[in-house]
Amino acid sequence: MTTEIGQGITVDRTGETGAFGGELLTVNFGPHHPSTHGVLRLVVDLDGEQVKRIKPVIGYLHTGIEKQMEALRWQQGVVVTDRHDYLSPPINNLAYALAVERLMGVEVPPRAQALRVIMCELTRLSSHLVWMGTSGLELGAMSMLMYCFRDRDTIMDMNEEISGFRMHTSYIRPGGVFADATPRFLDMLDRFTAKTMTKNVDEYEALLTDNPIWRRRTIGIGRLSAEDAKVLGATGPMLRGSGVAWDLRKAMPYSGYENYDFEIATSDLCDCYGRYLVRIKEMRESVKILRQALDRLPDGPINVDDRKMLPPPREELETSMEAVIHHFKLFTEGYSVPPGDVYVAVESGRGENGCYISSDGTHKPRRVKFRSASFVNLQALERMALNHFIADMIAIIGTADTVLGDCDR
Amino acid sequence: MGIEALAESLGQNFLTTTLGKLVGWGRGNSVWPAQFGLACCAIEMIATATAGVDIGRFGSEAFRASPRQSDLMIVSGRVSQKMAPILRTIYDQMPEPKWVISMGACASTGGVFNNYALLQGVDKIVPVDVYIPGCPPRPEDLLNALMILQERIKAQGILPRQ
Repeated sequence: MTTEIGQGITVDRTGETGAFGGELLTVNFGPHHPSTHGVLRLVVDLDGEQVKRIKPVIGYLHTGIEKQMEALRWQQGVVVTDRHDYLSPPINNLAYALAVERLMGVEVPPRAQALRVIMCELTRLSSHLVWMGTSGLELGAMSMLMYCFRDRDTIMDMNEEISGFRMHTSYIRPGGVFADATPRFLDMLDRFTAKTMTKNVDEYEALLTDNPIWRRRTIGIGRLSAEDAKVLGATGPMLRGSGVAWDLRKAMPYSGYENYDFEIATSDLCDCYGRYLVRIKEMRESVKILRQALDRLPDGPINVDDRKMLPPPREELETSMEAVIHHFKLFTEGYSVPPGDVYVAVESGRGENGCYISSDGTHKPRRVKFRSASFVNLQALERMALNHFIADMIAIIGTADTVLGDCDR
Repeated sequence: MGIEALAESLGQNFLTTTLGKLVGWGRGNSVWPAQFGLACCAIEMIATATAGVDIGRFGSEAFRASPRQSDLMIVSGRVSQKMAPILRTIYDQMPEPKWVISMGACASTGGVFNNYALLQGVDKIVPVDVYIPGCPPRPEDLLNALMILQERIKAQGILPRQ
C-alpha cells in the first residue's frame, strides 16, 4: 500500500502490524549506498528498527558476460572471465581454463600448475584484504582501509610484474599460463611471504580481534546455523564460518592443491565475528601455501606443447612455415573444443566459483554459465539479518562479502 | 588615507586577483567526489584514496555519501541499462557546479562488452568532462584525470557551465 505524505513523497506500508503495535515500514536501501559493496539494492520491511524481511533486488550490474562469451572464441573468453568477480580474476580464469582443458583432455605441466596456485592464493589474499579494509571502514575502523590497501598494492605490483597488469591479469589461460615468473617476481614473492604478510596479518589481528568496538558490532550478529548455511547453499567463509569444514581445495583438489599442506579454516561461532576469524585464518593459510609453492616451484615448460591450442614461440615464426600457418589459424579462427558438457568448480575467496561449459565442437562455446558464490550466498542474507537492527545489516552485508559483479554477471 | 599610505600600512600582506580566478582556485582545489562505486574501477578508486597514492594531496579525499554534498561524479565502472536511470538521478541530485569523470573503458565506451546489457558509454546520459582509458585505469591515471579537471575548473571562473 503506497501512501502519499505530501510533495510527491510516498511511503510504502505493508499494512501488517509489528510486535510493538506499529505498522511495518518498507524502506529502500541502495543501489547507491556507500556500504552495499557495489550496487546491491535491498527492500527491507522494518518493525521499528528491526528487520523483518529483506528482498534483494539485483541486476544493477548485469553485464551480459555469459551471453558475450558465446560470441567470443575460446581463448578470447578468458578476458571476460576476469571481469565478473573483479576481486578474484585469476580464480575465475582458472575455473574457465580448467573447464576448457577438461573438455580437450589436456593437463598443464607442473610449473604452470604451481604458478596457477601462486596466482590464486595471491588473489585470495588481496580479495580478503579488500574485504577487511572495506568492512573495517564501515564498522568504524577507518585505518584498516589504509593498512589493507597497502598490502593489496604490493600484490598488485606482483601481478604487474608477472602479467603486466594490476587487476585483470588474464594470466591463467586454457593450456597454461601467460608468461613465466621473472626472477624479480620470485624475489618479491619471497619477501612478501617470508616477512611482510606474516607480520602484517598479526598487525591486523592486533587492530581488530580484541577491539571492543569490532567485537560488539560483530559477535552474535548475523547468526547462520550450519544447517541453514547448507540448506541455503552457502559456500566459502560463509559456510566455514558456520563450522562446516568444506573447502573445494581439499574436497575436490585441482591444480595440485592436494600436494600442499594447509588447514581448512573454520569457526563454530556462526556469526559475523566467526566469518572474520575464518578469513584471517585463510590469509595465514594462503601465505603458507604460497611459501610451499615458492620453495617447491618445479622447472619446465609453462604451457602444454600443442601447436593447435597455443601460438608457437616468436623465434619459430621466422624459420618455420608450419609455425606461421598455426599462428595464422589460431588468430583468425581459433581452436575448436570437442563437443560435450563440463562443470568445474574452484574455491574463490567467496566460495564455490563454478564454470559450466557446453561445447558443440566449434571454435566458440555454445553456452557458458558461472555458478557464482556471491549470488548464492546472498540468499542467506534474510536469514542472517532477521530481527537484527538495521544498523547491524551493514555488518551482515559486509561479512557476506558479495561482489555484485560476480552476482549479476 | 591616500592609496600610498594604504599600501604602506598593508605592507606586503595583500595580493590582487580577479574574483573568477579566486573562485576557480577554491573550487579546483576542493573537488569532492560522490562515493559512487560501480564495478572493478571502484576498487582502483578506493585505492586512489588510500595511503599509497593519496588523492588527499589534491584536496579530493572527502568522498561524500550524499550526492547533495559532492561536486564530482566518478563513474567508476560499467553502467548497465538498469543502472543508467539511477546514475542520472544521482547526477541530477548533485548541486551545480558539477563535473563528471568517466573512469575506464566500460564507462567511456562500453569497453570489451559490446552487448545488450550495457550502456555503450556514460556520455549518452550525463555530460563527461574527462575520460580515462584503461581497464581498469591505475590509481595514478585517476589522479592525472583529476589534475586535468582541476586545470579546467580553475580556468572556468565563476560560471563553469553555461
